[in-house]
Amino acid sequence: MSLAGHFSYWVTIFLMVAGLFILISRGNLIKKLVGLGIFQTSVYLLYIAPGKLIGGTAPILADNFTVYSNPLPHVLILTAIVVGVATLALGLALTVRIRETYGSIEEDEILAADLVDDAPAAEEKR
Amino acid sequence: MMVATVVILARSRNLFAVVVLGGIYSFLMATVLVALDAVDVAMTEAAVGAGVSTVLLLGALHLCKAEEAKPAHRPWLPLAVAVGTGAVLVYGTLGLPAFSDPEAPIHTHVAPRYLNEALKETSVPNVVTAVLASYRGYDTLGETTVVFTAGAGVIALLRRRKKKDKADAEKAAS
Repeated sequence: MSLAGHFSYWVTIFLMVAGLFILISRGNLIKKLVGLGIFQTSVYLLYIAPGKLIGGTAPILADNFTVYSNPLPHVLILTAIVVGVATLALGLALTVRIRETYGSIEEDEILAADLVDDAPAAEEKR
Repeated sequence: MMVATVVILARSRNLFAVVVLGGIYSFLMATVLVALDAVDVAMTEAAVGAGVSTVLLLGALHLCKAEEAKPAHRPWLPLAVAVGTGAVLVYGTLGLPAFSDPEAPIHTHVAPRYLNEALKETSVPNVVTAVLASYRGYDTLGETTVVFTAGAGVIALLRRRKKKDKADAEKAAS
């Protein structure tokens, strides 16, 4: 086992952890979605990197090549990219709606606004 | 370079800069994917990740505020969680096969079958296309369903607003 042999995994893990950090530490909803995107791209790397063979070529069959990289992860990740952009679009639409209702896209301010809204209702119940 | 982009991205509070850096990041990822022989994926990533996503994010920014608020507290707890997760994952990689090991299970299980038989069975020289459209056609159908659902969701979310605006305007007029 060599250090160089696992370098690609470590790059992947760094990107994944950076995405996770942005996702949980930032209160801004758009920033959170960008973090989610970084997390997603790290998953692309996680799938694609093990499929690569040094000396191989892209999996398009031709007579003068014999070694090809693994095509299966490429297919799965093509699907993942498209689903990812669909998720992003839906998340951004939700963000825009939240902005219209609360006038803010900061998590703290939204929670504070919710507390203010709930307080009179709780009073009435009592 | 990618690492630097991500670090600046995490620290920057101007959301416009964040979105542009996100686009740069996607293009860098696309080049890395070309280097890893995943040309189809790289093309999709450049078009969808760097193109469509950036446009969507800019559109949302246009409707929202372009500056992030100052974080209320220091991000020590999230940092600790993230670093802890990373450490566990790095420990996990030690059991995985090394990069580009031809004996790794990923290269010996189903991949040779696709590479050897795809041309005979589907007569498409690009194996990625053959698998995507032929062997896993239902998968792709499901994917289009997901995209359709997301599109319907976006329309449902943003359409209600216009109706409400109209209702408000009518209320104001009467």
